Amino acid sequence: MDINWANVFEWSSLLKCFVTAGIICIIGQILIDKTKLTPARILVIFVTTGAILGGLGIYKYLVDFAGAGATVPLTGFGYNLAKGAIEEVQKSGLIGVFTGGVKAAAGGIAAAVFFGYLASLISKPKMKKQ
Amino acid sequence: MDPLETKQTYQNYVDKKSPNSPILKNCFNAFWVGGLICTIGQVILNICKERGFDTQISGTIVSIILIGISAFLTGLNLFNKIGKFAGAGSLIPITGFANSIVSPAMEYKSEGYVMGVGGKMFTVAGPVLVFGISASIIVGIIYLIFNTQSITLV
Repeated sequence: MDINWANVFEWSSLLKCFVTAGIICIIGQILIDKTKLTPARILVIFVTTGAILGGLGIYKYLVDFAGAGATVPLTGFGYNLAKGAIEEVQKSGLIGVFTGGVKAAAGGIAAAVFFGYLASLISKPKMKKQ
Repeated sequence: MDPLETKQTYQNYVDKKSPNSPILKNCFNAFWVGGLICTIGQVILNICKERGFDTQISGTIVSIILIGISAFLTGLNLFNKIGKFAGAGSLIPITGFANSIVSPAMEYKSEGYVMGVGGKMFTVAGPVLVFGISASIIVGIIYLIFNTQSITLV
């Protein structure tokens, strides 16, 4: 357990992460408030935008700059899918088009399905106040 | 009251009646909650890197932990309170993806554990996966065809 906590809490990387993530969330909040898009559409827009920016190679710079501030928002999920597809194409050609994206995001998807199901099972039936 | 005949008059009526959301306050809350969630992710990421995992694995671990936490917070009805306060701040990070799986599943629990919970889980997450995965396949095809670093710099 020899973790260097000074590296873990290095303030400049945390600050960059905080500000970048905050700005991405502000973009989402403006979309919610100023347009009549449903949350589902906004999530789709963010994932697709992330995949396109990832494919164009632009999002990589944001990830290098902000770390988790760029990968944790859903744009990062899209970026991860696109990056996985490209890397797998480099490794194994055409088949990589289909295996790469999901392979890269497999951990997140599997966790979301499993924990999502488990959490729904333990949840109490919803009691609506109002 | 007169029936609202055209879409336009209906829209005007809705705009008049719906309260103006204080966008500045919403943005501020979204900013710091979203920032905080991702900063927690960054701390987990740094811990993983300190323990010698590579970047790809560390990122996956961060996603799994954040998804797990927010799924169970949604199950306990706590996440909705954060969501009401923070808006996009909790929706846009990967936590919102987990929340979008659990909340419809909870709602349709009464319809059974297979078609109710298992089916409705993907009401929102389904489209996200469809468009995300399709976009990644298109990116892969474009890369396969042009296969140059100038098109894709990744």
